[in-house]
Amino acid sequence: MSFDVAIVGGGLVGAACAASLSERGQKVVVIESTGIASGTTAAGMGHIVVMDDSEAQFALTRYSQMLWDRLSPELPKLAEFENCGTIWVASDDEEMDEVRRKSAFYAERGISCEILDECSLRAAEPNLRQGLAGGLLVEGDSVVYQLFATRFLIEKAKRNGAELIVGKKALEIGANAVTLSDGTRVLCGRVVNAAGAAAAELSPGLNISKRKGHLVITERYPNFARHQLVELGYLKSAHGSATDSVAFNVQPRSTGQVLLGSSRQFGAEDGEIDHEILRRMTARAFDYMPALRDLSVVRVWTGFRPATPDNLPYIGRLPEHDNIFIAAGHEGLGITTSLGTGELIADAMLGCEPAIPIEPYSPARKVAEH
Amino acid sequence: MSEIGSEVLVIGGGAAGMSAALPASARAKVTVVDDNPLLGGQIWRAELGKIRSPEAKLLIESLEAGKITVINNAHVFGPDSYGRLLAESPDGTIQLKYEKLVLATGARERFLPFPGWTLPNILGAGGLQAMVKGGLSIENKRVVVAGTGPLLFAVADYLKAKGAIVVCIAEQAPAATIRRFALGLWRYPTKITQGTAMRIRLRDVPYLTNSWITGCIKSSGSSNAITATISRRGKTVSLDCDYVACGFHLVPSTELASVLGCRIEKGVVVVNEYQQTSVANIYCAGEPTGIGGIEASLVEGKIAGLSATGQTDAAREHFAERDKTRRFGKALNSAFALRAELKRLAGPDTIICRCEDVEYGRLTEFPSSREAKLQTRCGMGPCQGRICGAATEFLFGWEPGTVRPPIFPVKMENL
Repeated sequence: MSFDVAIVGGGLVGAACAASLSERGQKVVVIESTGIASGTTAAGMGHIVVMDDSEAQFALTRYSQMLWDRLSPELPKLAEFENCGTIWVASDDEEMDEVRRKSAFYAERGISCEILDECSLRAAEPNLRQGLAGGLLVEGDSVVYQLFATRFLIEKAKRNGAELIVGKKALEIGANAVTLSDGTRVLCGRVVNAAGAAAAELSPGLNISKRKGHLVITERYPNFARHQLVELGYLKSAHGSATDSVAFNVQPRSTGQVLLGSSRQFGAEDGEIDHEILRRMTARAFDYMPALRDLSVVRVWTGFRPATPDNLPYIGRLPEHDNIFIAAGHEGLGITTSLGTGELIADAMLGCEPAIPIEPYSPARKVAEH
Repeated sequence: MSEIGSEVLVIGGGAAGMSAALPASARAKVTVVDDNPLLGGQIWRAELGKIRSPEAKLLIESLEAGKITVINNAHVFGPDSYGRLLAESPDGTIQLKYEKLVLATGARERFLPFPGWTLPNILGAGGLQAMVKGGLSIENKRVVVAGTGPLLFAVADYLKAKGAIVVCIAEQAPAATIRRFALGLWRYPTKITQGTAMRIRLRDVPYLTNSWITGCIKSSGSSNAITATISRRGKTVSLDCDYVACGFHLVPSTELASVLGCRIEKGVVVVNEYQQTSVANIYCAGEPTGIGGIEASLVEGKIAGLSATGQTDAAREHFAERDKTRRFGKALNSAFALRAELKRLAGPDTIICRCEDVEYGRLTEFPSSREAKLQTRCGMGPCQGRICGAATEFLFGWEPGTVRPPIFPVKMENL
């Protein structure tokens, strides 16, 4: 059998690539070693968020969010897509300055947002502690149950003729074939490496490292939180830093469950729960939301974010390989940016004009550590 | 957060755990941790503080009098990153340090889904018994006891003693198999005595073999009355009742062993002749190593307690006795093996995972529990798949999914 495109990786990014390419008439096969959405996708939070780290990050998150909004009427109820908005929580005046800067940044680019003072923050989220300075409500952000969304995209691709190989690991990506663990060669015109944290094993030269994270989920407490809540110190404390860090990050699920993040650790290779950082993470959360203490936790798990040195994913053609494309390294934003990635990959492959410039994400870019 | 160190830490204060703690305490500093206010486990838990079995009485007294530390009301929910176990207690989290660990975590009832099984007043057999022990009045209530295994007898006996009208006991196993099992009991005189006494007390209760529940609906009318349908030798019988007590034998509780990395095969913790698991300093005794009943728990506990404290010669002396209880366990499990018809009870709309409301029809397309879990949330709720996991194992042949800590829901501040 031969395909136009073989996609290695059945996480949300691979599924989005499959949906975009098959929709444009490409005969696609998705190769997934363990199970659909079983890697980083399964470990994530499902937050669809517009970010302002850099212009390139803004462009990709904003574009992807528009694609999610466009897709949402099609999503089945089980995908739990909910436009709950994000509140960036400011704990002091310095962070309120950041609220104003962020608000101006978004406003200039047409993103609707609202500055909350201490009172309106408490009114919006009564379980936050008193004495927080305020926050920024970004109304367009959403949450999704990313596992079901992945499956939905795979099913959509299948209706357009895509095939699925599950349970066989891709060992080697060649110019016109992918070699699987059982020795089979899947012949294809082009390959997309969407193998997430494992992408660099298949395409040496990519600078992707694993950032371990912990998540905690509770029993059902409807309306305990109403928006995705993220501390504004998040960027300062978690991104770009080479040391382990924690941040307050709470998500209300449509089931009424509360999902709590987040931690970031470099160099941790095993998936075991690290109790020291877990306690730092919950302690940080209690500082913002003391009532969390009494919620009953049903599960704690860990996952690995595929991180690049400049916090931007690799999307596009691999240098010196005409037929190999990369869609990996989405760090903690893969759920948001999956749909944009799928479209950009399809554009790049089929020579179409992309909706946003693709160059900032080029695998050929020189990435500076910072 | 408090820390308690012991040379031998026993998890579970039932028959196996108590039986392990006692001989171990001759050589070592022993702590027994149990999640209940009282020792005794499912079988012996003191009924309103009054214990009947003299054997249990002796063990509990020795434990409470001796140098063994007993911690009640503490739920062990997983290991931490430093080789300790964490337990949630009313006073917060306890860190449990140990050199040797004995897991005596017991078993729970198996539930099988059938249309209507999630209606109110359809309960686990042991669950209803526990509720009556806790104060629920069952007097003059009509109860259908259904499922499989000797537990049904014990529950019917108990409920009847508390004034219930036991409509019938519906046992899915064939009459001939049960007869063969009963005949084999001559080797175990105490079981005969118990069984005969119970049978006499239950002589006016129909014991229907080859009979299984196929569905329940609410009876017309206002109350919680139920009409249960039973398949009996190819015919369908409808029975009116107030409660249905269901139990399809027992499932070993292996979650703690699993998160500690002990090897588990076919649903039971793998142990060597000294009750030692695949993790060198962890021993396991009683139902988690295979359903075998109270005598098996007692002798396995003894062997585990002795072995964990280096008293291997003394441990060996109990091997023959254990072999005997294992033969009993084997006969028990094969006599009450689930028949294939029970796999076809659930309809497409029948709920399989009660925590997450996942219906049978949504599960049939998945090849494994992991994929079903990720895509439907089956087994992701507060019971951590304890109920649906045993059901899907039987219905679809799925291996249970990975156990994730905490193995019991725990307050976030106690993590």
